Amino acid sequence: MAVHTSQSVAKAADDDTVARGRSRGTGTPTPPGRLRRALSTHWYAWTMVAPVVVVIGVIIGYPLVRGIYLSMTDANERNVARSIGVNHLPATYEFVGLDNYTEALTGEQFLGTLGWTLVWTVSCVTITFCLGMALANILNRRIAGRSAYRMALILPWAIPGFVSVFAWRFLYNEDRGLLNKILSGGGIDGIPWLNDPTWAKFSVIAVNVWLGVPFMMVALLGGLQSIPSEHYEAAEMDGATAWQRFRHITLPGLRPVSTTVILLSTIWTFNMFPVIYLLTRGGPGEATQILVTQAYKFSFEISPRDFAQSSTWGVLILVLLLIFAAVYRRVLRTQGDDW
Amino acid sequence: MRRGITATALVAALALAATACGSDNESDGTGKSSGELSGTVTWWDTSTAGSEDKVFKKIAEDFEKKHPKVDVKYVNVPFGDAQNKFKNAAQSGSDAPDVIRSEVAWTPEFADLGYLAPLDGTTALKNSDDFLKQAAASTKYKDKTYAVPQVIDSMGIFYNKKIFKEAGVEVPKTVDELKTVSKKIKDKTGKTGMYLRGDDAYWFLSFLYGEGGDMVDASTKSVTIDNPAGVKAMKVVKDLVDSGAAKTDATDGWENMQASFKDGKVAMMINGPWAVADTYAGKEFKDKANLGIAPVPAGSAAQGAPQGGHNLAVYAGSKNLDASYAFVDYMTSAETQAKVTKELSLLPTRTSAYARQDVVDNEIVGFFKPVVETAVERPWIPETGSLFAPLVTEYTKVLTGQATPEKATKTTGDSYRKLLKGWK
Repeated sequence: MAVHTSQSVAKAADDDTVARGRSRGTGTPTPPGRLRRALSTHWYAWTMVAPVVVVIGVIIGYPLVRGIYLSMTDANERNVARSIGVNHLPATYEFVGLDNYTEALTGEQFLGTLGWTLVWTVSCVTITFCLGMALANILNRRIAGRSAYRMALILPWAIPGFVSVFAWRFLYNEDRGLLNKILSGGGIDGIPWLNDPTWAKFSVIAVNVWLGVPFMMVALLGGLQSIPSEHYEAAEMDGATAWQRFRHITLPGLRPVSTTVILLSTIWTFNMFPVIYLLTRGGPGEATQILVTQAYKFSFEISPRDFAQSSTWGVLILVLLLIFAAVYRRVLRTQGDDW
Repeated sequence: MRRGITATALVAALALAATACGSDNESDGTGKSSGELSGTVTWWDTSTAGSEDKVFKKIAEDFEKKHPKVDVKYVNVPFGDAQNKFKNAAQSGSDAPDVIRSEVAWTPEFADLGYLAPLDGTTALKNSDDFLKQAAASTKYKDKTYAVPQVIDSMGIFYNKKIFKEAGVEVPKTVDELKTVSKKIKDKTGKTGMYLRGDDAYWFLSFLYGEGGDMVDASTKSVTIDNPAGVKAMKVVKDLVDSGAAKTDATDGWENMQASFKDGKVAMMINGPWAVADTYAGKEFKDKANLGIAPVPAGSAAQGAPQGGHNLAVYAGSKNLDASYAFVDYMTSAETQAKVTKELSLLPTRTSAYARQDVVDNEIVGFFKPVVETAVERPWIPETGSLFAPLVTEYTKVLTGQATPEKATKTTGDSYRKLLKGWK
């Protein structure tokens, strides 16, 4: 959620500079009168966007600020204000400054969880992207039953996420799951899909890839279709091999699409709550716990619920993703993309 | 599955018959206020879905017969989610139930958070001297009573008599015997000896008590999970799983345990009275006599099972307190308890209920009553309900080989000390 927030805020900021740029172009560049001039020129526009600004401020800004504030207190379930029937309990939590951040960043729990979250994100995005790319290329050719294949491959996307995750949970069940029944039919010992830490990691990645491929495929397929076929014809005339055509036409042609889907997919995977939570709840032990599921655990599963620590992790997740987006953008810009 | 439905339908029919008889003979106190009570009472029950819930729903809705203006809304919340769900609802005040079936360890916590209405002097608490002492202990917090005991329980070994006969073994009395018995069962029948839940630390407690350990010691205000007994207990369960004497799962433990025991794939499980009705629905236990129950195996130092149970508590923000109090009283009356025992073999909390014929005749109650009397009582402090979350994470880590028993108990102990400020 926080990520979407930051994006829309960033976008709003962009619009803002554009508007100012334009006003500078039309008027004189004298600094003192600029704001007044901008207001007098664009007062109508500002009035029109005011409701949106207010709504965004209330539904995004307030929770964000509140979350950041809570992360600097020692708020938990037992010291926040409660009013239940005859019992009225005032808030007794205190401001503790950056203690929660120091604790999180020096403790092994946050860094350990972050390590697995990075492995999880990188492997999910890489595998999903490669598979999506392969499938998109296959389905871009004229093959028999192409639309049927396309429909089938979009299916995981069409099913509500939690339904498919539960289906996978049944498939993975060690004793009664279909996967192990098939294996035992082939004379292979059952695999502890969700009960062994390493297998559990593999299993959650597999499910996330399964869920993520359709999006990649559809996006990349769209990108492929926007590459003019003349390029390929010209390359063929010049005697380029299939690999060369892929390397020098398809990949550069897909660049605007692939950079965007990789960014989106990274952010989504980093915060992919349902897959982890519904498959393993972060277990066995804490083997598959990613940052968001752990933050949820602090806030809703342990008792007393630790709102402060949960907010701290939430803010840290936001900061990490902001840094990633900024670096990613800069790298792309140095490579000549006009972002 | 179809068999299960038939069985539950039968149980429901029995419940109907039983309650029909019950209301005819009804003549005691609650009738007085009849006519005055009105409104809706929402009850969140946490009993086992698919077996116990049907009986409780029926009994709860029969309250409407005594108080026609009251509408009882029965909601079954899965036990594992109920603690958090109630906290969410209670704190926000929206969609909170009027009455909650609160596990014994949750009760002081909910009371401490201010979510429960004190019941002293209300109609909910009648003949409070009649309640078993152990059952009443968890309902009191800071000199007030916040809940009424509904059922009391402990744990024992559930075993499949047929498999035991086939393998020619006796019920194990110690953990060592458990290992040899499991091996014999595996050799003779190819079945696994025991199912041990790896996703819930409650199932670890009898092994912990068996080695002379405990989670905390409230009398000396000290954390005891990471003393040598705690480490030893972790080694014991790890060894049971590693040696193949027991199998376990890190997820879906309850479903997998019940399924494999009911289908006769494992010969033993550690469980409590709450599992009896569900177990009887299994194909191996169509003949109820096939189910044997024995005390949990002793460890190297002692023998003990945790004392548990459930209370009924009233939400402090309930809009219908009077009807809720009356409902709690009705649900915990000796008569209702006897009815529940008859259907579900759960143990009553009222001394007078044990004199009733239905209870006297029940074999499961006959077994568990002495077990409950000697069961290990946990300290009823607000933090007791918080002790399992850190423990289960480390317990699962030990069973799946991610942490050594020493490290796991130490991590658990550290989080306990963080939780219980000022404890050793």
